[in-house]
Amino acid sequence: MMSEESTIEATALTQLPSGRGFFKPHRLVLMAVAAAILFCAIWFMRWDWLPDYAGRLAHGVGVTLLMLVGTCLLGFLLAVPIGLVQVAGPWPLKLLAKGFCTVIRGTPLLLQLWLLYYGLGSLFPQFPAIRQSFLWPLLREAWPYGVAALTISFAAYEGEVMRGAFAGVPAGELEAARAYGMSRWKVFRRIWLPRAVHRALPTLNGETVLQLKSTPLVATITVIDVYAVVSKIRQVTYLTYEPLLLLALIYLCLTALLVLAFRYFENKIPTRSA
Amino acid sequence: MAADPASLIDWSLLAFDPPGWGAVLLAGLMNSIKIAIGGYSLGLVLGTGGAFGKLYGGPVTKDLLEVYTTVVRAVPELVLILLLYYAGTDLLNRLAAAAGYGTVDISGLAAGIFVIGVVQGAYATEVMRGAIRAVPPGQIEAARAFGMPPLLILWRVTFPAMLPHALPGLSNLWLIATKDTALLAVVGFSELTLVTRQAAGSTKAYMLFFCAAGALYLALTLVSNLVIRLIELRARRGWVSTR
Repeated sequence: MMSEESTIEATALTQLPSGRGFFKPHRLVLMAVAAAILFCAIWFMRWDWLPDYAGRLAHGVGVTLLMLVGTCLLGFLLAVPIGLVQVAGPWPLKLLAKGFCTVIRGTPLLLQLWLLYYGLGSLFPQFPAIRQSFLWPLLREAWPYGVAALTISFAAYEGEVMRGAFAGVPAGELEAARAYGMSRWKVFRRIWLPRAVHRALPTLNGETVLQLKSTPLVATITVIDVYAVVSKIRQVTYLTYEPLLLLALIYLCLTALLVLAFRYFENKIPTRSA
Repeated sequence: MAADPASLIDWSLLAFDPPGWGAVLLAGLMNSIKIAIGGYSLGLVLGTGGAFGKLYGGPVTKDLLEVYTTVVRAVPELVLILLLYYAGTDLLNRLAAAAGYGTVDISGLAAGIFVIGVVQGAYATEVMRGAIRAVPPGQIEAARAFGMPPLLILWRVTFPAMLPHALPGLSNLWLIATKDTALLAVVGFSELTLVTRQAAGSTKAYMLFFCAAGALYLALTLVSNLVIRLIELRARRGWVSTR
């Protein structure tokens, strides 16, 4: 478990650089240099397109955030049973969950996304039953496939984390709950799940940041998120760097917000501290 | 087209000879592996340098490296790949023009390796830094007391001692590198995912080709896992078993 958590910390940004003792002499020089670069970027690069596209960019950020929150919630709901059956399920379910995690984690998300969108998307119209069903208007859009691919991916990665978290809850706590006469469901609801989620929270933070970094992939299947808006700007204005730099800045801010939000929640949970 | 299951799968499309696309897919896989190996190696070099800079460097080095790892880990790989791909080729072209060589043609392979390497370098920096900090400082101090030069300390003491700590993170990075190569499809490099899409688009057998490519990626991951387990066993020989 130790290695898994430290790996997540390395691959995903879960902590912001600390502000304590921030102002040192060399930092002032560095900040002056950074300010000079920023000034040059604003002065010498072209930003006149920005007001025209501000509304669309804001809309794109909204779509990105909606994708992130929606798929993380759905994925987490899937991840709980996936993690649980791997710890306490019968062996066919255990095998199934393990296979699911291995396959999804072993293939690139872009491929899964294209498999769902182009593969299933080309398969569905061949079945008249699907074409006549109430789902058909939905299945002709691109975003359900994006949501499905991102949800499945998050569920697989988070399911693996939840497996470790469920297995890591001390057996004594569960035994104590049983001894109080709680039913199995109540033990799960009151003890096992909250304790596991608490244990998984730092890793969940990392996975959510990774999920945010995966959302621009949905732009490749024509979902108009902030990445797609920026691609459009680049096509229209023939600018190479400016829109991309703005996009990087937007994602930096979103990641920082996510990390701050998770820190707030982690501080909310009471822990025993010496 | 009828929804007849037998006609949905045309296995001859995967044949190795030209009417089939098997050879094209395998060539794409080879390209993916080449980029993954090249990018991963570059990432390891950058990561080693970055980790040592972060631990032993001066205050300015430390701050600049912090900016590097923070930005790379906070911005989506797709955006970084686009930025580095265009910025890298543009910069190289301008340098070549300034040096009087005219424009140079940068191969997609080199650009891909550079892009994946820079991204991997940030992650590798964090992994290696954690691993080096897990090495008891007394061992490094002892080497220093023996009068070993820094590079010799690195080679004889720090590297072998930190390797078992770094292996889980580094192996995970390798798996990420193999999957990140798929993102180069977006900038038009013909690695496995892009050739799969081209094959699927021209034959309309989307399901077949995407599943075949998925199987290839999965095979790559599973083989890598096997090799990683062997390497871990070797690196941990002499350790007390934790289980």
